[in-house]
Amino acid sequence: MNTTTVNTGKFYGFRLPQLNSVWLSNAVRLVALPLAGILAFLLLWSVTAQKIDTSLGKFPGPSAVMEQFDALYSEHQRSREKEHAFYERQEVRNAKRVAEDPSYVPKIRDYTGKETFIDQIFTSLITVMSGFLLAVAIAIPLGIAVGLSKTLNSAVNPIVQIFKPVSPLAWLPLVTMVVSAVYTTPEPMVAKSFLNSMITVTLCCLWPMVINTAVGVAGIDNDLVNVSKVLRLPALRHVQKIVLPASVPMIFTGMRLSLGVAWMVLIAAEMLAQNPGLGKFVWDEFQNGSSDSLARIMAAVLVIGFIGFLLDRGMLALQKLVSWDNSAAQ
Amino acid sequence: MQWKKPFKKLAASLALAVGFSSGTVSVNAEDLGYPEKEELTFGFIKLTDMAPIAIAYEKGFFEDEGLYVTIEAQANWKVLLDGVIDGRLDGAHMLAGQPIAATMGFGTKADIITPFSMDLNGNGITVSNTIWEQMKPNIPKMEDGRPVHPIKADALKPVVEKYKADGKPFNMGMVFPVSTHNYELRYWLAAGGIHPGYYAPHKGDISGQIDADALLSVTPPPQMPATLEAGTIYGYCVGEPWNQQAVFKDIGVPVVTDYEIWKDNPEKVFGITKEFAEKYPNTTVRITRALIRAAMWLDENNNANRPEAVKILSQSNYVGADYDVIANSMTGTFEYEKGDKREVPDFNVFFRYNATYPYYSDAIWYLTQMRRWGQISEDKPDTWYKELASKVYRPDIYEAAAKSLIAEKLAKPEQFPDFATEDGFRDPQTHFIDGIVYNGQKPNEYIDKFSIGLKSGQKL
Repeated sequence: MNTTTVNTGKFYGFRLPQLNSVWLSNAVRLVALPLAGILAFLLLWSVTAQKIDTSLGKFPGPSAVMEQFDALYSEHQRSREKEHAFYERQEVRNAKRVAEDPSYVPKIRDYTGKETFIDQIFTSLITVMSGFLLAVAIAIPLGIAVGLSKTLNSAVNPIVQIFKPVSPLAWLPLVTMVVSAVYTTPEPMVAKSFLNSMITVTLCCLWPMVINTAVGVAGIDNDLVNVSKVLRLPALRHVQKIVLPASVPMIFTGMRLSLGVAWMVLIAAEMLAQNPGLGKFVWDEFQNGSSDSLARIMAAVLVIGFIGFLLDRGMLALQKLVSWDNSAAQ
Repeated sequence: MQWKKPFKKLAASLALAVGFSSGTVSVNAEDLGYPEKEELTFGFIKLTDMAPIAIAYEKGFFEDEGLYVTIEAQANWKVLLDGVIDGRLDGAHMLAGQPIAATMGFGTKADIITPFSMDLNGNGITVSNTIWEQMKPNIPKMEDGRPVHPIKADALKPVVEKYKADGKPFNMGMVFPVSTHNYELRYWLAAGGIHPGYYAPHKGDISGQIDADALLSVTPPPQMPATLEAGTIYGYCVGEPWNQQAVFKDIGVPVVTDYEIWKDNPEKVFGITKEFAEKYPNTTVRITRALIRAAMWLDENNNANRPEAVKILSQSNYVGADYDVIANSMTGTFEYEKGDKREVPDFNVFFRYNATYPYYSDAIWYLTQMRRWGQISEDKPDTWYKELASKVYRPDIYEAAAKSLIAEKLAKPEQFPDFATEDGFRDPQTHFIDGIVYNGQKPNEYIDKFSIGLKSGQKL
């Protein structure tokens, strides 16, 4: 087969007329083919879904899932109305109590209704970003230190190697117990469940970042290091002017890997520990065993996948933005 | 105890009657103070008998008490109990056996009390279609060809024996080692001559399968139908809607309800830690008031509100199963084999027959079953049973709540037991499937009546 088929009008063996222009070829590659792929997937999905009979009814096809998206959204709106009424009732109640007991300082309590699907999405996003940023704050300085010092590297490496392959969820029980034991303020700033999810995420996305940063830092071009030596840069300036710019592509590769891991881990942790978020939503629906449950789970799966995709694209864009060596950012 | 004003004569006589000094409530009916803790989180398991909590929330009964309650579904009974013990949850819908076992130190040790019993009945025993086919020939038929109910485990016995002879274990599911379901399933099996196995915690055996003909293991309620379908278990005992779900999914047949095993048996309780009740006495009484009002609402006008309750329960944040599945048992009927729908008006009782009053005798029944199956390994005197029951069950708090509701004309005195004479013991109960009479005053005498089970003086 001719190796230049793509630009000469042959596309995966099909001869497409007038495909000489680069623009058209790009349009096909970027729009038409992905669309065709998605359509084929939807078709395959709805056909197979018809054939799978679960004890909760037919496996949900695309239309059932769309319906649930709709239902979830209107549920969200209803919940907002309820929330509004809740606050109004509270104000009336507070006013009445102040009238009875003037020393009472009225307090507005948070809405006690359930988190809607959309709330759960935001909860998950906030949790994953907090865990990830905490990991960044630990892993990058640590990775730089390890990359610069062979001694430190030898000391830290075994620990990293041992913890790296640990299944993220093995951390969860430990984290849960430790957080419960240590975090015992009467008026907590953040919920324990949030801390549990967040720390589990941090523990799991720490290692790829440490390793990538260390490798990046250790692999800096000798010429650059020599320049720094000639200029007699102090240690901090050396890191700032030479090490960081040179290792940025690797650092970002590590961050991108980590964020992917973080998102997967978070959903699993939420399912396992019933911490608020999309994972809990999936598990709750599984336990409900209603005839809509599977379609709702499928809706959540799509959202989880889509958010994961967006996070990855976001990191990629960031990586391209800060990296002078675009070839590394693919 | 930190209760400020002792509840006068009544509590004293109660305490005397059960032979220990109980805590009494500081709150008088007339001057019920504001709640000390207003923001509360309650846990529950996805079962229809959590209804009083959902109703108290949805109907605003909690808010009427100045309580802002968040209600959270829990993954299983163990997680729920741990949540209450470590304070993540302020209170929860619990298996009656849980506060009792925790106070006794079987499983987890913690002081948990209950001021409010949540309901009567509400469970069923379901077997897989295959087992049902094998049981069916052993069950007498009515004129119209439908099986005669209640079905006894006698019909299951030949099936279990066949499995045993073939060297296959006969696995069944229940929801927790100290669950009502465990004891009901055991009661039913044993009444039909099938040995459900002993526990021997003093030897470290907490699987409960010593000498067993049928091997019982733990499965969380919502997973029962799936586990039955997967073939891991051949039958199970669980609360609604997970029996009706099996009928709807066509994977199993409920053979008997707990109403038929023991008419009007006590079911779930509302559990809080003793520490919580002592630290927040007003809050405790107010929670109890809200729950009593919810239970009254659920049974009002001959169950007139049940359809609305079913609608609330079918919301995904509560039980979440389909309306039809929940309605099947909540509205006075129960569907056995598919299409065989029968009237069981008292399948779920939330208020009538003093369903919510925490009777010591109810707690003692659970203790007798714990002793019968070896969870309590040593012989105990009758006074021990009464003492433990009165540590856990707290009619004093219930009484304060009920009296304040009466004072505010939100309830009538005749809706409650006569508090002046009530001693916390129901009259001897006769409606058991094996005809044995239960008298809570004489637990040891009761334990000795069973042909299968540990008797006084026995130890494994």
